[in-house]
Amino acid sequence: MSVTYDYKVRTNYAADVSTLRAAHKTLVEVPFTPSLPERGYTRRTLFVDLSTLTISEKAITQEMIDVFTGGRGFGLYYLWQAVTPGTKWNDPENALIISPGPLAGNTQYAGSGKSLVVTISPETGIPIDCNVGGYFGPLLKFCGFDVLDIRGKAKHDTILVIDGPRGVIRLEEAPEEAPDSHIAAEIFTHMYADDARDMQNVAVVSAGKAAESAYMGCLNFSWWDPKRGAARLKQAGRGGTGTVFRDKKLKALVVRGFRMKTDMNRAADFPVTVQVGKRINDEIRNHDDEQCHMRRQGTAHLVEVMDAYDLLPVHNFQYGKHVDTPKIDSQVWDRRFTQGIPDQCWYGCGMACSKAADGHHVLTGPYKGHIVTVDGPEYENAAGLGSNCGLFDPDWLLEVNFYCDTYGIDTISFGTACAFVMECWEKGILNAERTGGLDLAWGNGASEVELLHQMARGEGFGITVGKGVKYMQDLFIRNGWGDPQLIRDMGMQIKGLEISQYMCKESLAQQGGFALANKGPQHDEAWLIFMDMVNNQIPTFEDKAEALHYFPLFRTWFGLQGLCKLPWNDIEPPDNHEKYPGPEAAKVPEHVENYLKLYTGITGKPLDRKSLIEQSEAVYNFQRVFNLRMGQGDRKNDMPPYRAMGPVTKEEYESRAERYDKQLKEIVGIDPAGKSTEEKMTLQRAWRTDRYNKLVDAVYKRRGWTPDGVPTMETLKKLKIDSPEVVAVVAPHLG
Amino acid sequence: MLIVNEEPLEYDEGMTVADVLKKRNYIWRMLAVWVNGQFVQRGTYDKTPVPDGAEVKVIHQIAGG
Repeated sequence: MSVTYDYKVRTNYAADVSTLRAAHKTLVEVPFTPSLPERGYTRRTLFVDLSTLTISEKAITQEMIDVFTGGRGFGLYYLWQAVTPGTKWNDPENALIISPGPLAGNTQYAGSGKSLVVTISPETGIPIDCNVGGYFGPLLKFCGFDVLDIRGKAKHDTILVIDGPRGVIRLEEAPEEAPDSHIAAEIFTHMYADDARDMQNVAVVSAGKAAESAYMGCLNFSWWDPKRGAARLKQAGRGGTGTVFRDKKLKALVVRGFRMKTDMNRAADFPVTVQVGKRINDEIRNHDDEQCHMRRQGTAHLVEVMDAYDLLPVHNFQYGKHVDTPKIDSQVWDRRFTQGIPDQCWYGCGMACSKAADGHHVLTGPYKGHIVTVDGPEYENAAGLGSNCGLFDPDWLLEVNFYCDTYGIDTISFGTACAFVMECWEKGILNAERTGGLDLAWGNGASEVELLHQMARGEGFGITVGKGVKYMQDLFIRNGWGDPQLIRDMGMQIKGLEISQYMCKESLAQQGGFALANKGPQHDEAWLIFMDMVNNQIPTFEDKAEALHYFPLFRTWFGLQGLCKLPWNDIEPPDNHEKYPGPEAAKVPEHVENYLKLYTGITGKPLDRKSLIEQSEAVYNFQRVFNLRMGQGDRKNDMPPYRAMGPVTKEEYESRAERYDKQLKEIVGIDPAGKSTEEKMTLQRAWRTDRYNKLVDAVYKRRGWTPDGVPTMETLKKLKIDSPEVVAVVAPHLG
Repeated sequence: MLIVNEEPLEYDEGMTVADVLKKRNYIWRMLAVWVNGQFVQRGTYDKTPVPDGAEVKVIHQIAGG
């Protein structure tokens, strides 16, 4: 039976805005002169120190643009200036930096509204970078700033208001608003918009209550959805950006920008941007229905595909498929999402994949009985909060999704952490005494969401889970709660960050994609599973190394420019694979040409495919050196847990025994006949570990790094990042 | 016997491209298929025979994450 959900009906939180605002106290207010970018850059950075209540500007130099390009590059540059090798995530000098790139904010090309968030991560202790949609970055830029650099800590809950049309920037104490994002985004949008038409010119960044205790706090970036009359949310999800935000006692960042017009980037050749934009939007309109269904399902279209190819994480990445997957697959979300509304997290994006489930009646917690719009679930949420935890009930999945978002918790890290504790429960590493009475059996949605409520209340076992898998591994081993080797093997984290929701046991290249990523295992850097495991297009170590050179760098480029990755390859020219031979098709050459034209059209600077990669390569290697500076960034930090590489338990082996036995016989050259499962597991482990190490050797060589993973002096010089301070970090590691 | 993406697949008499995809559980919508180096137009998979001994290349056009 089909159920219709009214997309206009939801609980109203903005009725009492004037009372809430009356409680605000202005801490400092400074005037500023708004300016539009010229050829994509404003060349101005807004600097805010919450400790000293300083609001000032810094100039962006030509050297910064030449070496760091923008977005993530600018964020890493300023973060390097802000911190020392001893800086911890909660030290006042840790910076929280938001930067849209030079191409961000154009309304011609799909997926051009991204902001990059950079900070020292509570989970990893090294820089994290997140690419997030919503209107904040572009509106900030069109007020006059390429970068917002926030340091210090406020004494009390504070908001930063950047009001472009009025030409003022203020820090205000804001004591009374709920920090939870579905409320904060709505209230602050109403509070700072002049009228209903102005709502679209206001964007809010916030993180909820749970980000105050968890290390996996995320930031929610809003965009006003005029059709629903609601503030929608996109997440800078990974690594604890929201935790840093709340630790600084920030309740919200509010930007009020100008009414959008075309060409606010003042492009060098605007007609070219229109031409390439039309090309991609036509392609999406004409072919999305036969390709990925992004406009109806968003990335949730992947759920049953991953299941079919044994890639959907089930029960903490033990298995790759489940009989109940149809209960949370794309057909379910296709019906549950409100269709026919342009779900664009930035203007002009024909992909419009920010799908939402309206009319969710909240089942638990402080908002029980409220009616809310849930942003998502995207694939990662359905897989991480759902199948990986054995939860196949769409209503409970929406419930967990909603609370993750509004409490400011990263759905990927929470999904992987929750799956980990559920497996610990199954194996007796955890019990009711250790969890404070929570039953963490697979599929227990009520317990899953209770962990979030505990994080938000700052009490109970939820606090432990919110600190992440690495923290829990150390704790459980220290407490003697289980076999240390097993706890290490099944804890799906690398560098302290939880692995995102794809099984990679059978894709060596994807193991490298996760483990060799600078920030930790996030799929936005490299997603090679099908090329490697199914298409068999990169069979040798050298082939995989080439892919692990090119694709992470190409994807890094989106983060430098303020672009979304999805219109690159979640839509393709229908004849892409017929026209371009072999792995070249995976680069989607015609879309790369679009990007080169878009870049030159906006900035006026020529760019070819080689120099595009070199732009990324400079920033990528700088980030690698940054990791080294923070005491990581070498080979031992690039090792995945064994669960990512192969079967940890007897049950896992035996569930895919035919596959594993065949591999031993045909690839390893050992006849498995007559051997016990334990003996075969030992043989598999030796083979898989050895081939991973060979892959790492090949990748480091291709990237111009030493066998310990350190960029060589030649590499630094070639990329023009051989400044004295960078060389000083690297030199001791080069012998 | 067929070779599909470098892996052997048992041949069934009268197999078409669609049969090969089904046998391999290749459910993804966006595929590019070559049989013995010849590109097979989408929409003709159930009419295109695959001879015994053929080498079949099936590329999934899927980008993920």
